[in-house]
Amino acid sequence: MQSLSLLTWGTSGWLDELTFAAGLTFLIALAGFALGALFGALAATAKLSRSRFARGAADVYTTVLRGIPDLLVIYLFYFGGSAALSSIAGLFGYTGFVGMPAFVTAALAIGIVNGAYQAEVLRGAYLAIPKGELEAAKACGMSDWIRLRRIIVPQVLRFALPGLGNVWQLVLKESALVAVIGLTVHLPAIDVFQLFTLPEVRFNDLLRQAHVAAGSTRLPFIFYLTAGAFYLLLTTLSYAFFQRAEKRALVGLRRA
Amino acid sequence: MDVAFLRETFLRLLPGVPLTLQLAFLSVSIGLFFALLLGFAMRARFAPLAWLAHGYVFVFRGTPLLVQVFLIYYGLGQFRPFLQELDLWWFFRSPWYCVLLALAMNTAAYGAEIVRGGLQSVPAPQVEAARAFGMSGFTLYRRIIGPLALRQALPAYGNELILMVKATALASTVTLMEITGIAHKLISETFRAVEIFLVAGSIYLFLNFLLTRLIAWGERKIAPDLALDKPELKTALVH
Repeated sequence: MQSLSLLTWGTSGWLDELTFAAGLTFLIALAGFALGALFGALAATAKLSRSRFARGAADVYTTVLRGIPDLLVIYLFYFGGSAALSSIAGLFGYTGFVGMPAFVTAALAIGIVNGAYQAEVLRGAYLAIPKGELEAAKACGMSDWIRLRRIIVPQVLRFALPGLGNVWQLVLKESALVAVIGLTVHLPAIDVFQLFTLPEVRFNDLLRQAHVAAGSTRLPFIFYLTAGAFYLLLTTLSYAFFQRAEKRALVGLRRA
Repeated sequence: MDVAFLRETFLRLLPGVPLTLQLAFLSVSIGLFFALLLGFAMRARFAPLAWLAHGYVFVFRGTPLLVQVFLIYYGLGQFRPFLQELDLWWFFRSPWYCVLLALAMNTAAYGAEIVRGGLQSVPAPQVEAARAFGMSGFTLYRRIIGPLALRQALPAYGNELILMVKATALASTVTLMEITGIAHKLISETFRAVEIFLVAGSIYLFLNFLLTRLIAWGERKIAPDLALDKPELKTALVH
């Protein structure tokens, strides 16, 4: 099996490249998820607010982003983001093309889509908090901020955890789409404390790296299969993690 | 905003709509058939069959659809001589067939979970009562289990249908010119990403809006007491 020797660690095999690429994919998913949490929390707050305008805007956001393909959003950020940056640079007298860093593009595009899903999860979780607790907190004289920190956030997180687990699985799989815009993170050579020099490194995301390996070895099946196995590993580990987290979060909660 | 450009973009994207609809409709139809088989297989008493079905669902739900598309379209190209010998190369050479296969296999896995959930939701006493009346086999499924499971499964399946319309966009990554494919081509020609995104996004929103109305109508029809007639898109969080 000469093809299996291609999946070894080191210069002759691709396993190390694929492992680092899986790490980058994980980081993209993590960044997208974190941004999604930010957008989602904002949208959920808007959906629960008394202002009709805020509710309407948040409804449009979640409806639109969940109703169109993620790939289209990625293209928008990839092409639109660079165009926007270039025109901003133009205002400062720079006339060239300014590319948006691929990692930022990917995280933003994935985050904005994911935020729409998280908004629904967070809204549902907030509504699951018993009304009496919010009133009791007010009656105790808690300020809005303290009430948010002590009463609302801990319970929203607890109730949202199963939904957030699903959304995380979604973001992990969605991160594969950034392969179409060719995500490469480029770290230049750096001199660490003038002691030794770290070499220049380029990271591809997992699917892109599989694509590269497939092209250079002409063994696409092996490498896409391996990429699939890495994704399966990531989703399975995440599943186990969220199962444990849910168990912990639900300690002390009585269920009907 | 340049209305003439938006109009022109719309007219150029329109020819992509049939392919999007075709891929969505065919993959969902084929996928539903296999989802039913898998859903029943997951509950089979014969353990190896149940394991096999669970394994299939686990793998296809645990990996990105794009990886599945690439694995079938690019990956199987590695076995070209072998496939030619089997006279299957015409199938795996065509991006259309490959995307259709990937979409159908993917939705079969998600659909199987929905079918399994629907079957599981049928209260045991209902089945026992039906058996006490002497119903069995096909009649039991047609009169009792089928309708009850369908009522339970339809909302979740409606979400899956919307996700499939969105998933057809991946066909553009293997050179098919459906809506997203044309949009990508237009963007790289004109670099007017925002306007093209607006038009293409509106087309998808319109298609999915029609679909949600259709699903809501179906839910009202078969489960008037359960149907939540919400105009918003209810997209599954279980994907």
